Order: sequence, then C-alpha cells, then structure tokens
Amino acid sequence: MAKRLGTIGPALLGMAVAALTLGSAAMTAAHGAGWAFGPADLAVLRFTLLQAMLSALISTGLAIPLARALARRRFVGRIALIRLMAAPFLLPVVVATLGLLAVFGRAGPVNHLLAALGLPALSIFGLQGVLLAHVFLNLPLATRMLLQGWQAIPAERFQLAQSLNMPPSAQFRHLELPMLRSHLPGIAVTVFLLCLTSFAVALTLGGGPQASTLELAIYQALRFEFDLGHAAMLALVQFSLCLTVTLGALFLGAHPGFGPGLGREAAIPAPPGMRRAFDGLVIASAAVFLLAPLGAILWRGLPGLTELPAQVGAALGRSVLIAIASAGLATSAALAMALAVIRGMRWLELVAMLPLAASGLVMGTGLFLTFHPILRPENLALPVTLLVNAAMALPFLFRLILPAARALQADYGRLAQSLGLENWAALRWLILPRLARPLGFGAGLAAALSMGDLGVIALFAGERSVTLPLLVQRLMGAYQMTAAAGAALVLVTASFALFWLFDRWGAHNAAA
Amino acid sequence: MLRLENLKIAQGDFQLQGNWALPAGAKVALIGPSGAGKSTLLIAIAGFVGPKSGKICWQGDDLASIPPGERPLSILFQDQNLFPHLTIAQNLGLGLCPKLNLSPSQWQAVDATLGRVGLAGMGARKPAQLSGGQQGRAALARALLRARPLLLLDEPFAALGPALKTDMLDLVLETTAEAGITVLLVTHDPADARRFAELTILVADGIAHVPQPTDALFANPPPALQSYLGK
Repeated sequence: MAKRLGTIGPALLGMAVAALTLGSAAMTAAHGAGWAFGPADLAVLRFTLLQAMLSALISTGLAIPLARALARRRFVGRIALIRLMAAPFLLPVVVATLGLLAVFGRAGPVNHLLAALGLPALSIFGLQGVLLAHVFLNLPLATRMLLQGWQAIPAERFQLAQSLNMPPSAQFRHLELPMLRSHLPGIAVTVFLLCLTSFAVALTLGGGPQASTLELAIYQALRFEFDLGHAAMLALVQFSLCLTVTLGALFLGAHPGFGPGLGREAAIPAPPGMRRAFDGLVIASAAVFLLAPLGAILWRGLPGLTELPAQVGAALGRSVLIAIASAGLATSAALAMALAVIRGMRWLELVAMLPLAASGLVMGTGLFLTFHPILRPENLALPVTLLVNAAMALPFLFRLILPAARALQADYGRLAQSLGLENWAALRWLILPRLARPLGFGAGLAAALSMGDLGVIALFAGERSVTLPLLVQRLMGAYQMTAAAGAALVLVTASFALFWLFDRWGAHNAAA
Repeated sequence: MLRLENLKIAQGDFQLQGNWALPAGAKVALIGPSGAGKSTLLIAIAGFVGPKSGKICWQGDDLASIPPGERPLSILFQDQNLFPHLTIAQNLGLGLCPKLNLSPSQWQAVDATLGRVGLAGMGARKPAQLSGGQQGRAALARALLRARPLLLLDEPFAALGPALKTDMLDLVLETTAEAGITVLLVTHDPADARRFAELTILVADGIAHVPQPTDALFANPPPALQSYLGK
C-alpha cells in the first residue's frame, strides 16, 4: 500500500526495538563485572519457574469449568460478567494486590471467617500470595481465550451429537476434549510467560530469595547491590528462558480441525440437574473471587479519597502524560511494523515479539547507562519509562493489528493499488479509517498498561518523577493503607477512563 | 492498441500464454471454463502479476515497469470495487486524485459523472446504502472519470440478475463508445459475449487464443469452445 514510505522507517523501528531489548542487556553487561551464578540465584530461578508453572496450571485448570459454564449457560448478567473478565488485564497490578490484600490479608474477611471456623490463618505473602495474585490476574484472560475455543466449535457438531443421543460425557470426549487439547497448551504458555517476568506482584507480595522472581532479583541487584553485571546476567537467564518458552509455544498451536460451520447461532447443550448446579456454583465462585477485590478497592478507596496526599495530583498528571505518549508511540510503531510485515519484511514479525522476552528493568537500565553521561538521571526517569512502556506494549498491539491489516490488504490492497492510492493518502483514506477499531482498542490497552506500570520507574524515580503506581506502592510500603487505597482508586479510574476513551475513539472513527 | 508479445504467465503449476493484438476501441469478451485463467490475464494486464516471459505492450511500449495505478487502464474487480467507509462521491474522487484534493471543478465532474450513470444526487451516500446494481454503476462511473483508454472488467456484474446485468453492459457500451475506450470483459456467459463484444478471446488449455469475431466464433466453435458450451 505505502511502498516507498515504508521500508526504511520500519527497518529503523525494528532495529530500535532490537537495540532496546538486546542492546540494553549488552550495555548493562558491559558495565558490570563478575558473572557468578550463586546458590541464591538458583533459588530465585527455581521460584520463578515454580510460581509461573503453578500459576499457569491453576489458571488454566480453573478456566476449564468456568469457560464451559459460561459457554453453555445463559443468565442475566452473563455478558457483563464476560466483559468484566477483561478488567484484571487492565488493572494496575499494584491496585490488584491492594484489593487482594483487603480481601485475603490478615485483617480481611477471609481470615475473619477462617478464624471464626477455628481454622489457621491464610498468609497472602510468599508463594501462595504470588499464586493468588497471578490467578486473579490471569484466570479471566485464560477463561476468555478458552471461551473463544468453545464458541469456535460449530453449532452443527453439537446438534449432530445431540441427534445421535450422545451423553454429555461422550460430547465432551468427541467435541470438547479435542478443542481443549488444541487450545490449552497455548493458553497455559501465555500465562506461564506473563508470570515468568512478573515484577510488581513479587515486589509487593513476595520477597527474599525464597519468593523472588528473576525480575525482582534484577531490581534488587540494580537498586540495592548496584551490581550491573549481576543484573545483566539475570536478565540474560530470563531472556533465554522466555525465548525458549516462546519458541516452544510456536510448535504447540495445533489446529482443532472441526471443519467449517454455517456460523449459525445455536446454544451449546446445557445439561440439567447436578451439572446445572455445578455450573452455577463455578460461575458464582468465580464472580465472587474476581469481584470481591475490585469491590474492596472501591470500598477502601472511597474513604481514602479524603486522605489523599498532595503529591497525587502531580503524580496523576505525569502518569497520564506518559500513558498517552507511550500509547501513541506503541500504536504507531505496531501499525508501521504490521504494514511492513505485510509488504514482505517478515523479520519484523519476530522483532516485534522480542519485548515479551526482555526485562523492562534491564531495558531501562541500558537506556539509563547509554544516556546518563549526557542527561541527568532525574530528567531520564520519565522518558525512559515512556519508552520502556511503549516497548512492553508493542507485542500485544502488533498481534492485535497484524490480522486486521492483513484482512485490509486482502480486501482492498489491489483496489488501492489500481487507483494509485499510496503513502500518506493510503494512510489517511484507507488504513486509518479501516483500522480505527483495533488501533483505538490497542492504544487503550497500551495506555492502561502504561498507566498502571510499576517497573522501571521504581528504579530511577526521583522526588519529581514519581508516577501514581509508584506513589501507591510507596504509601503501601509506609503502611498508609487508607491513603494508598484512595490513590489506588484514582489510579484505576484513570486507567479505565483512558482505555475507554481510546477505545471509544476507535469505535467512533471506525467506518461502517 | 493492446498487444501481448509471446506473453507467458505462470502461477504455481498454472500457465497461460497469449500472442495477439487488439485494435483500439475494440469491445472484447474473454470466455472460457472457470480456472482457465481469464481473470489471471486481466490481473497481469493490470500489473498485479508480472509476466514469466514476453511483454504486455500499450501503443508499442512495454508496461512492465509501470505500477498498477499508473497504467493506462482502469479495472473493475469481481467485488470490493468501492471503499465502504468513503462516500460515493469520495470513491469517485479517488479516480481523479488519490489524495482526494479535488478542485471545485473536479467535484463538479464527479457529480456530472454520477448523473451519467443514473446516480444523480447519491454522492453523499455510503456504498452500503446503494443496491448491488447502483454499486456497479458507481464503480463504472469512477472508471469513466479516470478516462484511461483501456477498461478491464473482471465479471464485476456477475452477482446481478440477468436484466440488471444487461442494463450495465449497455451502459458500459454507451459510455465507453464516445471516448473510444478499449474494453475487455471477462464472462462465462456466451450471451454476454454476443451482446457486448465484436471480438471474443477463448481462454482454454493454457492459451488465450487469438481474438475472433464473436459471431463467427460461436457459429463455428472450435473443440475447446464446444466442450465448454456443452454442445
């Protein structure tokens, strides 16, 4: 479509992403000394793998009955519940942990109930806390992905099964099991990968070598030990780990092979009796598990609004600005790279996924080391955060935009070419209007992720560059829980508002 | 004048060759079994597929180095001829200027052409608000605005009913005759060829045969055409 515009630009972009992910690690390594992988590092590696594996197993395991119940039952609020499942992905992690602390913490209702029943108290710190938070954040994601799998089984297959009088167990074996076999590995790997690089959860609920992830260990190496070599080495371990998992995942995505259906709307059979009661129980428990922490944020946050410290306004302003700028940057980069991939620059497809495996903290450190001879650290914190946030959002946006851009090329590529519609004219009259919906949604996603990000900013922030998530975390660390809850409520409101605005913008500009 | 010089097109296992010329202003039908390569030939002339060997020439010049949008031709595809998010007037305007920076007189030309194809006053509508026949007229109107000397029609009216299709072909004849535009029409319906074209090219067995006068061809069909017609 935009032939001349687009080979040098995307190539430079691709090199920038590669430099940001791989170059920053090299830069960090070059400044460090010593490459020892001690027993403490081994413990960290073991914990990282263990928690990621358990998080993936529990999230996908629980997602199976939940997605199945949501797929075959119809009830008031079903659509709202499914929509709400998108919320935890957009929820700032530090806010999620605050909500979980309120519900499952020492003074929370769950432990009150356990005490009343004479049972031992549940601790939200350490492995079980990390798992709880990861399941809270990823169960909805896994459920939504799996729900799509259920909906992808053509209604005709279920009708055929019913006409053959198959009992539910046989239906499960012949229709649902093959679907699960093809979908579950991909979903589990996605959750595994997201938990592998977990930072904010481990920072707030983990700690010590017994409950540290690699990313948290990188943070500690950088912030407390000032050991750049150690951080770079850990980053290298994390990078290889993520890369191995990602490559492995490429071989897992088998096709279910149900054949085409006629796309008819027909409900999946909903067996009555015990199965109905079980589905109801699953849906109700999931709703309580997911809603209670969200409710707690509101419940605790509203009174906290009166105790907001003075820095909240400025921190909010900084966070919003960073979020908007990094959303714009990530969306433009993802669009440019997706269009270039369609034109045949296939190597960019791999490059766009690199940030998934990279450590945000090491990216930030690499940038910091590169620029600090020229600029002062206080001035670097925000631009570096912006850039790292944009890079971290890139893989998601790229995956979102690429299929839409491919469809656009297939439908209108030749027409545009036959009319000589190129470069900026193609962008203005064809690409932006046709892709407004995924672009708006993607920008909203990037803005919300950036708004809630507590990563690289925790390393470099000076007094005048504190973002809102960092402020929440610092208030939590100072045990000012009411103020923290108030600030968290402001943060989550701003995140969702940004997402909503971008998404609305896309839907509004999406051409009929 | 369009000339294929020992042209060979290859796509995977598929091959098509042709070696002939068309007189300027001719109305020509391409007929043959599906999969024979009628559309592929059009796509090659339009510049979306490069020849394996040989040349496609217009007025004696090889078109190989000219990108699709700058070739002396317009093409109407089987479907997706209009951008659904732009108004009919904007869709037509793209034919005059891909950047849509049209002068007032150019916008007047858009309105006038809409009138010529029977769509007066419909410029502000989106394609979805038009019927299938009206969408075909709008696409034709854009081709007329572009005023290129060659018009390639890849069965753009195939989805219309017989009466509407006849109307559209008559409209094409009427509007292209004046400017002396050469028209190539892909069709699988012998009636279209008879009605529309003085010359017919039979595409079968990997060959785009030399154009023949339509009536003579159907009066005395060669074996490949006989088997296609089922006679």
